[in-house]
Amino acid sequence: MGALLELEGVIAGYGGGDILHGLDLSVEEGAITCIVGPNGAGKSTVLRVVSGLLRPRLGRVRFRGVPIAGLSPHAILRRGIVQVPQERSLFPTMTVWENVRLGAYTVSDRALVDRRLAAVCETFPLVRERRHEPAASLSGGQQKIVEFARALMLDPALVILDEPSMGLDPKTRTIVFDTIRAMNQAGRTILLVEQNARSGLGLASHGVVMESGRVRLQGPGPAVLNNPEIGRLYLGATA
Amino acid sequence: MSLLEVDDLSKRFGGVVAVDSCSLSVPAGSITGLIGPNGSGKTTVFNLVTGFIPRDGGDVRFKARSIAGLGPDRIYGLGIGRTFQLARIFPRLTALENMLVPVRRAGLRALLSHGQWGHEKARAMEMLEFMDISRVAGTLGGALSYGQRKLLELAAVMMARPELVLLDEPAGGVNPVLLERIAEHIRQLNGQGVTFLLVEHNMSFVMNLCHEVVVLHQGRVIAKGKPREVREDPAVLDAYLGA
Repeated sequence: MGALLELEGVIAGYGGGDILHGLDLSVEEGAITCIVGPNGAGKSTVLRVVSGLLRPRLGRVRFRGVPIAGLSPHAILRRGIVQVPQERSLFPTMTVWENVRLGAYTVSDRALVDRRLAAVCETFPLVRERRHEPAASLSGGQQKIVEFARALMLDPALVILDEPSMGLDPKTRTIVFDTIRAMNQAGRTILLVEQNARSGLGLASHGVVMESGRVRLQGPGPAVLNNPEIGRLYLGATA
Repeated sequence: MSLLEVDDLSKRFGGVVAVDSCSLSVPAGSITGLIGPNGSGKTTVFNLVTGFIPRDGGDVRFKARSIAGLGPDRIYGLGIGRTFQLARIFPRLTALENMLVPVRRAGLRALLSHGQWGHEKARAMEMLEFMDISRVAGTLGGALSYGQRKLLELAAVMMARPELVLLDEPAGGVNPVLLERIAEHIRQLNGQGVTFLLVEHNMSFVMNLCHEVVVLHQGRVIAKGKPREVREDPAVLDAYLGA
């Protein structure tokens, strides 16, 4: 399978300075691509560029071979790229089911929405079990899984996850990661950023280490984790 | 000789142990780095040392005298200054006025004596010149750029003549040119006898600037030593890569 998403020579930043200094990245269809790297490497900025929240100053972003750099977030969403943000984003007083349905807010075909909801309940039994409960009554890990479910309501070609394990204890993290694996096995291409490099790269078919706004190391997840170069990227070098 | 000694310090927030029997020392005259992955407790250690939050256990000694339990103003008065992740300056005071705030806090004598006041003002201008920001002396804090704020905060903290300065992410959000300037300023101030303890995520900055490095993970000290030793310690990389 070929590249679903390609970034080439992307330079982007906020106001004063650039964060990404010529980033090249390719996301293969059907893969789990995981970006790790030390604080400030630019990982989340890559996601913002892909989902249209940040317009790159230079460089190309292609989705299915079509340029998407500079398109608005909703135009990119319509093309099939959905991002699950780092922070909790469910409406706390609405029920689980209402929250998941909101993922298909832009879909007017009600029969289609119902079919997708049924499919999502298959993938995430939690959504059916807790459907009438307010989102706020769920644990952090459960809320994350409901956010995944909501993202799938648009039947996206690419699911982007920004630090899905943030703030979760190790046991819950394992459950969330198993869910990511299940989504992938159900055919979703996934691009995620992880702070926990070991578990992120353990999950990834393709691991990417960023540092100072560039991709410094990439390959199969476990190979990247065992590359001694990763130590220098995380702990710096002395002049 | 240790200027600052943290001994068996602990702090919990609800069920989370943020700092767990942490012991470390900052040699007088050193630039010591405190590093660790996100959430390892670095800023909490700063907040405990400077009296911003109360400790649950342990002791903090500055010049061999316990300062645990003292309020931030007392600790500041004893000679420990600090900066913050996001520079805290007064937006509606000029850069020069910001510089004089620590002087007022340093004692009434400065206010009462005219000669002394003029002297402090001259010293503030010198310090602004040293930081290469004297041209914005009359500019309101709120109108300064991010980098100028960082430099001003560092300059202002020096006005109280601290012996120890705690810097919380001095390189955070700073471009590479300014980064080198900040490192150089810290080195020069250190050369004049000021001891530094700094928290920083930019590892090249830490490894090149610090004499000693202490590594925190889950509130505990997991390694300490020269930058090279710490960098080659497998436990440190393990902590950064996660479990």
